[in-house]
Amino acid sequence: MSALSSVIWRGFDVEKVREDFPVLRQTIHGKPLVYLDNAATAQKPFAVIDAIRKFHEVDCANIHRGVHELSQRSTAAYEETRVKAKRFLNARSKSEVVFVRGTTEGINLVASTWGRKNIKEGDEIIISALEHHSNIVPWQMLCEEKNAKLRVIPMNDRGELIIEEYEKLLSPRTRVLAVGHISNALGTINPIREMIEMAHRAGALTLIDGAQAAPHVKIDVQALDADFYTFSGHKVFGPTGIGILYGKKKLLEAMPPYQGGGDMIRTVTFEKTTFNELPYKFEAGTPNIAGGIGLGAALDYVNKLGLDQISAYEHELLVYGTKALSEIPGLRIIGTAREKAAVISFVMEGIHPHDIGTVLDQQGIAVRTGHHCAQPVMDWFHVPATTRASFAFYNTIAEIDALVTGLHKVQEVFGG
Amino acid sequence: MIDDLYQETILDHSKRPRNHHPMDDANRRAEGYNPLCGDKLKLYLKLEGDIVRDASFEGAGCAISTASASLMTESLKGKTREEALKLLDKFHELLTTDTPASHDLGKLVVFCGVRDYPARVKCATLAWHTLKSALTNGDETVTTE
Repeated sequence: MSALSSVIWRGFDVEKVREDFPVLRQTIHGKPLVYLDNAATAQKPFAVIDAIRKFHEVDCANIHRGVHELSQRSTAAYEETRVKAKRFLNARSKSEVVFVRGTTEGINLVASTWGRKNIKEGDEIIISALEHHSNIVPWQMLCEEKNAKLRVIPMNDRGELIIEEYEKLLSPRTRVLAVGHISNALGTINPIREMIEMAHRAGALTLIDGAQAAPHVKIDVQALDADFYTFSGHKVFGPTGIGILYGKKKLLEAMPPYQGGGDMIRTVTFEKTTFNELPYKFEAGTPNIAGGIGLGAALDYVNKLGLDQISAYEHELLVYGTKALSEIPGLRIIGTAREKAAVISFVMEGIHPHDIGTVLDQQGIAVRTGHHCAQPVMDWFHVPATTRASFAFYNTIAEIDALVTGLHKVQEVFGG
Repeated sequence: MIDDLYQETILDHSKRPRNHHPMDDANRRAEGYNPLCGDKLKLYLKLEGDIVRDASFEGAGCAISTASASLMTESLKGKTREEALKLLDKFHELLTTDTPASHDLGKLVVFCGVRDYPARVKCATLAWHTLKSALTNGDETVTTE
């Protein structure tokens, strides 16, 4: 780990990167903030904050319909993000990139438009044991409505999906595979390329929940051959309330609209409405313009750092953190997948995660405690909740050391 | 400071909870559930007429919720239903307002530090929500939400 103790790791100057994030420059309860709740939401660099501010200070107008200068500027800036998101995902065309509020809305959009049109009684939808509630509940609701069946890919003790069991679930009845790229609760990276191929062989469509993947790994929807891929802006260092849904053009074209309103129509009479072209057909109402512009700045920022570089640096954090935490007596890491993002979920013998979280907070350390909106994952491991430290590229080895010191303090308070 | 929240009595009751067992001859039972953290609690009461003769609980939770259930069951014994409900109100007041602690709370004042940790108030009130359910509705599951 000596390579990491130096400030600059293989050209990645983490101290310099940290200067871009104003929120990190504060103390909490008198201690420097150690922010390890990145899987819940990521902090925002100046580039994002400034882009949103500039929109409100200089360019603010509604988009797509004004002929005046401000409206044109706003439209251009907002639409520019669509182009950036197209590049970020390597989509074929920007008409395949739909703005949504976040991953949850992306999934709900597909379940309630494509799903309601195509799912019939007796059809099957496959999800996995690792899913966030957002990728369970919309499909459950759809299955209930259509009398279809929800099938669940099980996982092993490491928190990896069992691909042989997935293979067995696939059948001519399978219509959709909806699976997370990376698990929010455990950090498991799923072999989605292989899983998508298997689904396609069975004649099913695929939706990938990319909420946890977008900030950490390079995404290529064409190489993956994903039919739908969705992620949230706020987890990729952009603002909340904005996200992206990618869908293959021919699928989006055949889908009914999601909501009715302005922007999604071409012509309206009281007899008949014709819908706008892609992707606007799915974007009713004035959108989160500032959020969209902020997301564009966030994607630029991430691209500038480079996702390969980010992945490599975060992997070093994961390796160091896993080793350091494993050495704490009575601490058990939940989720030890061989392919894993920089998330460490753990439990400590005899100490409840909420108590751990409170004592760590008093030392300036922000972690997430609870079921992480993945109750089935907790049930499988027979724990009511875990403590989760999730890392971003601005985290440091020194912060992991602070976490370890914090956990010793936790044991001091509750030990004996 | 963290010691204001985790006072000695709270740590003691969380590590060695009192009345922590099922009760076969209970005539009031209720279950409490905190969906935020997954904590579940079963409360048993033995009522003789209007008086709580015995109280116990089962379930594992955080230090705050375990200590709260432990101290609550201790303080209930011998109280009338009306006194118990009044105590509940005073306990809730202690956690959510700045008013000085009522003398009736006795040992329960150790929870005064919780008011500075709004995210933890529900941990401390889970047992008491369950109590209310046991005293007013009979057998059912209540949640803190």
